[in-house]
Amino acid sequence: MKLTDDDFTLFGLPQRFAMDGAQLDERWRALQGQVHPDRHASQGPAAQRVAMQWSVRINEAYRRLKDPLARGAYLAGLRGAQLDLHANTAMPADFLVQQLQWREALDEAADVAAVEALGRDVEQHRRELFAELESALDDRGDARDAASRVRALMFVARFREDIDRRLEALGA
Amino acid sequence: MALLQISEPGTSPDPHQRRVAIGIDLGTTHSLVAAVRHGLPGCLPDAQGRVLLPSVVRYLDGGGRQIGYVAREAQAEDAANTIVSVKRFMGRRLADIVDAHKLPYHFVDQPGMVAIETRQGLKTPVEVSAEILATLRFRAEDTFADDVHGAVITVPAYFDDAQRQATKDAARLAGLDVMRLINEPTAAAVAYGLDKGSEGLYAVYDLGGGTFDISLLRLNRGVFEVVATGGDAALGGDDFDAALAAWVLHEAGVAAASPRDRRAVLVAARATKEALTDAAQARFAAVVDGRLVERLVSRTDFDEQTRPLLTRTLSAARKVLRDAGITRDEVNGVVLVGGSTRMPCVRTAVGEFFGRAPLTDVDPDEVVAIGAAIQANALAGNSTDGELLLLDVIPLSLGLETMGGIVERIVERNTTIPVAKAQDFTTFKDGQTAMAIHVVQGERDLVADCRSLARFELRGIPPMSAGAARIRVTFQVDADGLLSVTAREQVSGVEAAVTVKPSYGLADDEVARMLQEGFAHAESDMAARALRQSRVEAERMILATEAALAADGELLDAAERDAITSLIVQTRAAAQGDDHRSIDARVEALAHGTENFAALRMNRGIRAALAGRRVDEV
Repeated sequence: MKLTDDDFTLFGLPQRFAMDGAQLDERWRALQGQVHPDRHASQGPAAQRVAMQWSVRINEAYRRLKDPLARGAYLAGLRGAQLDLHANTAMPADFLVQQLQWREALDEAADVAAVEALGRDVEQHRRELFAELESALDDRGDARDAASRVRALMFVARFREDIDRRLEALGA
Repeated sequence: MALLQISEPGTSPDPHQRRVAIGIDLGTTHSLVAAVRHGLPGCLPDAQGRVLLPSVVRYLDGGGRQIGYVAREAQAEDAANTIVSVKRFMGRRLADIVDAHKLPYHFVDQPGMVAIETRQGLKTPVEVSAEILATLRFRAEDTFADDVHGAVITVPAYFDDAQRQATKDAARLAGLDVMRLINEPTAAAVAYGLDKGSEGLYAVYDLGGGTFDISLLRLNRGVFEVVATGGDAALGGDDFDAALAAWVLHEAGVAAASPRDRRAVLVAARATKEALTDAAQARFAAVVDGRLVERLVSRTDFDEQTRPLLTRTLSAARKVLRDAGITRDEVNGVVLVGGSTRMPCVRTAVGEFFGRAPLTDVDPDEVVAIGAAIQANALAGNSTDGELLLLDVIPLSLGLETMGGIVERIVERNTTIPVAKAQDFTTFKDGQTAMAIHVVQGERDLVADCRSLARFELRGIPPMSAGAARIRVTFQVDADGLLSVTAREQVSGVEAAVTVKPSYGLADDEVARMLQEGFAHAESDMAARALRQSRVEAERMILATEAALAADGELLDAAERDAITSLIVQTRAAAQGDDHRSIDARVEALAHGTENFAALRMNRGIRAALAGRRVDEV
């Protein structure tokens, strides 16, 4: 076991997008139970350094595996897809049209009910995108397609923040 | 000291050498010290049998000090030299203290942290807090007739980096070795969880004298995971006193102008509030400007005047639930912490909000110190149940200033610590050779709305065209929640680092100087104490190393084993001598020489944690 091992290996989990959340949590607690600096508190600074490195690494992996979007991006990367989110903005073509429509809808939404309706629509698409991401990674082994879904989902995540901000501004 | 206790987390390497480990609740109005004795945690009383120490320090004529009850009794007559609720000023600048003009002190704005002008000169909140901590340390040393090995000190979960650093500095100044800062709600949950063996999701509502915290924790077989935390670092029981006092004065048409009057009305308001805990009405009486102001206050009056404060606590609770994506009915229990939760209006409102009666069976004043003591005992290696583990989060996001005064968040709030996160930045001018790095903490998008933690510069970047340099800034937050930041230009390898010392000016050498001035020590016993500590440390390292060799020695080849054995022999020899520096040097050498062994043992531990759980890779 090395600090440089991939997240799935560290957690003893298969390299798949589908994830049993309860199992992941349990592994995390078991691993922190071994590596957390507090477990080595009376062992001095050198042991603390080693423990700190491991504890940080385990937390990093846990955070990434727990968040489906981060996990999808990471797994697509492990499978050789170029994510490079700033340079490469390739997204599914129908999604490009979709996001323009959403932007317009948000601009035009006059009240809480309209924004919430848009939110539900976005949520529905988000679930579909995740289902497609899972199928691209776990069934079809298509890392390129997975990467384009990841980019679309990143857009959705940002757009959901805009919706929340708008709701807050409307006093919901 | 590089040995890892992996094979038997439940057993101490040396059961004969129990170390005195204490938990301290450094509160706004009261402070307490607790320890685990004969397996049972409890608060340590003073000579008069009182466990609470009022967090009040009075500076006397002629250089003396009073701490605790005597100081508190003098607060009205000597308000300017009697510092109460100093916790509210820890790591704060004058501008941060909203009600500074209402307080009876002569504040002096200093870079980073405010100071108070007393008849004994300028005192920083760190120094005032150190007086309280030293008093508690002496109490523990008297109780055990032994040195204190280390302490766990609690802070509000909502404390930012500057406030945590200030607390740690105060402890060092008081001659305490801080094993860990833990969050007050976490400590409270530890006290409850261990008593009741609880599992599930708990909310801790902690309304102290000057701070409010609301935290959600998940308890799972001894692991205490903080899910989310929030609150208000400037809202507490004191504000309820102030609201009541302001109302009574307004109704009576008088103003409290002098420091003495202001203190007197706050004392009277506090007494009225406390009386209203058990009675439906109570009398408020204070002398203001030579005139007696008197009034009968009903509980309804009190509730009405303080409702806005209560509402603020509940909106913080709502926000934390939303952060965590948890609904109110998923919460399995609500724990009340802090003397201010004795107010009937708080109990009712919290009960209604969560739809269940809050847990109150551990004394709300003592629960935090008790939890801290349990954790201190575990960290000192005295604990027999190795199950307890706290997985805490950072309460406030950490980020950097970017172009246009916008904050780029690097570590989001509620991220489990310890954590390290890196982000790459680049130069924006051709030939740019330096980059200013400004570290901020807070949730707002504009730098001006966040708290500035530190500024430093990365210099010596080789001249390149704009955008060509790759500067990786790494934030690392340790298990105490304290931040260090490094910046490194990836092409040239130029590096700059800071441990974020909030800029209130108490640098390491200043703490050292204050210690030298004999703040909390008699000079003579410092040397003896240092030697004793070095010997204990050496002995402990030797025992831990031998235990590790016995358990996992086969991970090493013969040469590595021999090298470690010879380091043990040298350390043992040094420990016979009287020079604590040479003992420390041998201990450090032993630590260094066992680093690789520690890594190998860590590896074995991780494999053990996953043993029998691994799913075959697909």
